Amino acid sequence: MKKLSVAHLLGIKYLQLEDLHLIFETATHFKEVINRPIKKVPSLRDITVANLFYENSTRTKLSFELAEKRLSADVINFSANQSSVSKGETLVDTVNNILALKVDMIVIRHPNPGAAHFLSKQVDSCIINAGDGTHEHPSQALLDAYSLIERLGDLQGKRIAIVGDVLHSRVALSNIYALKMLGADVKVCAPKSLLPKHINSLGVTYSSDLMRVLNWCDAVNMLRVQNERMDLSYFPSDREYSQNFGLNYERLKKLRKEILVLHPGPINRGVEITSEVADSDQAIILDQVENGLAIRMAIIYLLGSQLNISE
Amino acid sequence: MAIKVLLSEKKVNIILRRLCHQLIERHLDFSNVVLIGLQPRGTNLLKQLLILLKKEGLNSIKFGKLDTTFFRDDFRRNHQPLNARTTEMNETVEGKNVVLIDDVLFTGRSIRAALTAIDTYGRPKSIELLVLVDRRFSRHLPIQPDYLGAQIDALQGDKVKVVWSKSSQKSIVYLEKNNE
Repeated sequence: MKKLSVAHLLGIKYLQLEDLHLIFETATHFKEVINRPIKKVPSLRDITVANLFYENSTRTKLSFELAEKRLSADVINFSANQSSVSKGETLVDTVNNILALKVDMIVIRHPNPGAAHFLSKQVDSCIINAGDGTHEHPSQALLDAYSLIERLGDLQGKRIAIVGDVLHSRVALSNIYALKMLGADVKVCAPKSLLPKHINSLGVTYSSDLMRVLNWCDAVNMLRVQNERMDLSYFPSDREYSQNFGLNYERLKKLRKEILVLHPGPINRGVEITSEVADSDQAIILDQVENGLAIRMAIIYLLGSQLNISE
Repeated sequence: MAIKVLLSEKKVNIILRRLCHQLIERHLDFSNVVLIGLQPRGTNLLKQLLILLKKEGLNSIKFGKLDTTFFRDDFRRNHQPLNARTTEMNETVEGKNVVLIDDVLFTGRSIRAALTAIDTYGRPKSIELLVLVDRRFSRHLPIQPDYLGAQIDALQGDKVKVVWSKSSQKSIVYLEKNNE
């Protein structure tokens, strides 16, 4: 019987290749489950999960909550802006109070990098990182890689481009870790101002020529421009960004081949990607959302199975 | 480890033919029947029965393979996680007469999981159970087969295994004694 090598999901960095394969294999079984007339299994009926969101989220929060409910877990939701956090309560205090309610698992999104890791050291519970600032977003990278494998097969030697705001993107970092682990060739494309200083240390190549990158790759992941994390101006205007780094239908048509287009959402239509591309057959954005549910069910199921009832 | 053959190849083949005829006797043309093999080993028995039913002229029998891992009652009670296997259910079970097929009936817990799992595909008209081997006096739940190959007696720690050969002629059932 196979099990994960970790007790928490803090980032792709902490996982082994076998973990990725186990999560994908389990997600395939859950994808079959979520397409049944009755989409629910009883596995986690005696587990309670708390979703702690210190940052806004639509699809990740909905996806985690639905995954938990599809597994029959009890779910409590916590949004920082409607809580005692505004009264000055610390993260550890908040979580310990929630754990006193006999919660078994914590899904946390937090604006500070390392928040999930910190929490896993401070409290006695299973922690799932649903995005920590500009650091990691492991469940998104897993669902992106799974969606790519579904369309392209084994990713060994496949060429994947990540275009856009790499500097502020936890999706980019987690994707790079996951794709490299799976043997893919990864190239990033962005304005120099939106690249982290040590991008070369991640084993990826760089180009600022979008057309050249698009002609090179089998699939492109278009990142959102994260205006909310930009404390200063990183490019002159949305219009200029879109002209140099935006994906439009004309650019796709000019390519020598058909490539897949991914986007983690939410989309800034007309900035990093036009509506025509986002709604085209080459975009697998809605596949990503469906696969996200199956991947999150797999993560919660596999981590939940390690919470032995006799201990 | 001591091994004892419980059912020889010849006996297994006779039993398979009998089970096949009992199914035909009950369901005739199988028009409203779905045979469902339980993963992992019930699917081998299903395969053998489909071969024999085909020889009787029944070519278009509806069937599926069901994995019950996510419906098991020992989740978090094992030190290893329960890994799922593939489910292939292309047939609807709504209003159908379902026959669940497994190789060895032991505690009955897998069958209970299957009864819950099958409901996620619809509400069958009826559900029956076919097993090759029934380990007597070991049931944890009030579950009994409708079609039965053979009853055997084995101690709690022993394992009863069915070896399916590629050609159905050489399948046997044997007992692995627990020497601890």
